[in-house]
Amino acid sequence: MATYSTSEFKGGLKIMLDDAPCSIIENEFVRPGKGPAFSRVKIRNLKTGRVIERTFKSGESVEAADVMETEMSYLYNDGDFWYFMDDETFEQVSGDATAVGDAAKWIKDQDKCTVTLWNGAPLLVAAPNFVELEVTDTDPGLKGDTSGGGGKPATLETGAVVRIPLFVQIGEVIKVDTRTGEYSARVKS
Amino acid sequence: MTELENKLWPPTCSAALLHQRAELYQTIRAFFVEKGVLEVETPLLSAAASCDINLDSFSIDLSDAKKLYLQTSPEFAMKRLLASGSGSIYQIAKSFRQSERGRFHNPEFTLLEWYRVGFNLSDLMSEMVELLMLCFGQNLAFRTVTYQQLFQQLTGLDPHQVSLSDLMAYATTQGNHEASKICAGKLSNGLDYVFSQYVQPKLKKDVVYFVTGYPKCMAMLAKLDDANPITAKRFEVYFNSVELANGYEELTDADEQHQRFQHELMEREQDGLANLPMDKNLLAALAHGMPECSGVALGLDRLLMLMTGTNAIDDVLTFPIDRA
Repeated sequence: MATYSTSEFKGGLKIMLDDAPCSIIENEFVRPGKGPAFSRVKIRNLKTGRVIERTFKSGESVEAADVMETEMSYLYNDGDFWYFMDDETFEQVSGDATAVGDAAKWIKDQDKCTVTLWNGAPLLVAAPNFVELEVTDTDPGLKGDTSGGGGKPATLETGAVVRIPLFVQIGEVIKVDTRTGEYSARVKS
Repeated sequence: MTELENKLWPPTCSAALLHQRAELYQTIRAFFVEKGVLEVETPLLSAAASCDINLDSFSIDLSDAKKLYLQTSPEFAMKRLLASGSGSIYQIAKSFRQSERGRFHNPEFTLLEWYRVGFNLSDLMSEMVELLMLCFGQNLAFRTVTYQQLFQQLTGLDPHQVSLSDLMAYATTQGNHEASKICAGKLSNGLDYVFSQYVQPKLKKDVVYFVTGYPKCMAMLAKLDDANPITAKRFEVYFNSVELANGYEELTDADEQHQRFQHELMEREQDGLANLPMDKNLLAALAHGMPECSGVALGLDRLLMLMTGTNAIDDVLTFPIDRA
């Protein structure tokens, strides 16, 4: 079992805390007055995303978390699991809805996703920052207005719903920023 | 990367900081010249070490199987000078504490330490105010508050009544279950922990705090207050939540000092820490007679950080430990 001592703590280090994989955001060495030395550490729980602050006795060791980020291609989902493949090793992994989270509504096969693996299994999946998706349903009646003012809701091929400008029609492909969930541009075919 | 290409050779501080440090030292020296306080120099290496369980001294092995220790502060040697009749003295001294490294710590750092013969604690605090205003070149807001007032106001706990388990329970309710591991069964550690976690970060910005009347168990080398013997005549200075200085109305009683050293050595043994030689020269000096005085140590690297608005001690040091 790999461990890290508090003197090795720094931003980005992955450790186990309360049985959950966590990432250290920042570490501050504290030696109060004439008191005992300790580390004050800001930590993100990678399962829940919650940020907490904890203290550790100086010199204490904590278990390392086997967490790595890797780029993988999305293959398909079978209703329960989403499957991803490492393009170099062709190794496949599958993650459930909790791991895939919001990324599920943006990704389609062959998209390159950033997958955070914990003990080899997906813990988090981040969709590419931008995805190109076809509009499968939107109100066609609202033509004419090209100012792009109010916009209208549209359903995309993955099932995601975004607001798009009035001039975009069914069958067209748009670019969406997955971090904000907003329409970014129309893709000329 | 070849040795010639290493990126760690330059200083971590800017050229301007070199000048700011030099100016600060000139300001300090001029201040003490005017006050008639003598600049002194004492050895960095000593046959004795501080026995404080929370201090980790560097030791040096000499060829003849003797061991010397790098000072954690110049306090003991300066007190021997005071007992020899030096009168009021000051020193800008390198001090060394192992395994202290972080945004506010480097294992090798610089202290300004001074002792004023015949001063009580409030005389010394007034002089500290004068010096700080001179260093910052402006008026500063100062606030003197007792440890008890501050502690009670920000945590609801009375530091003179509270037990270690009360303190640990408080830390647990705040989400820090590891506190008891850190504090290792020691009440003063518990107080220091809770203060640094839940009091210090909440101090108002731009106010220089003088915290006085420390609980007896945190007396260190200070006299107890005869009028209120549950408190010690110790103060600490905090500015923008940074601990800047620690001062005492100095303990002059050799027997009492001897007992405190022995108590510290006993604690070291209980904690499984290495036994250390207590400073018998200091005890002999106190037995000979040290004049009534007050003294304080001020961290000059942190003072420079605050004066220049820098974020980390590395910004004011030439070569911090990883580049030393």
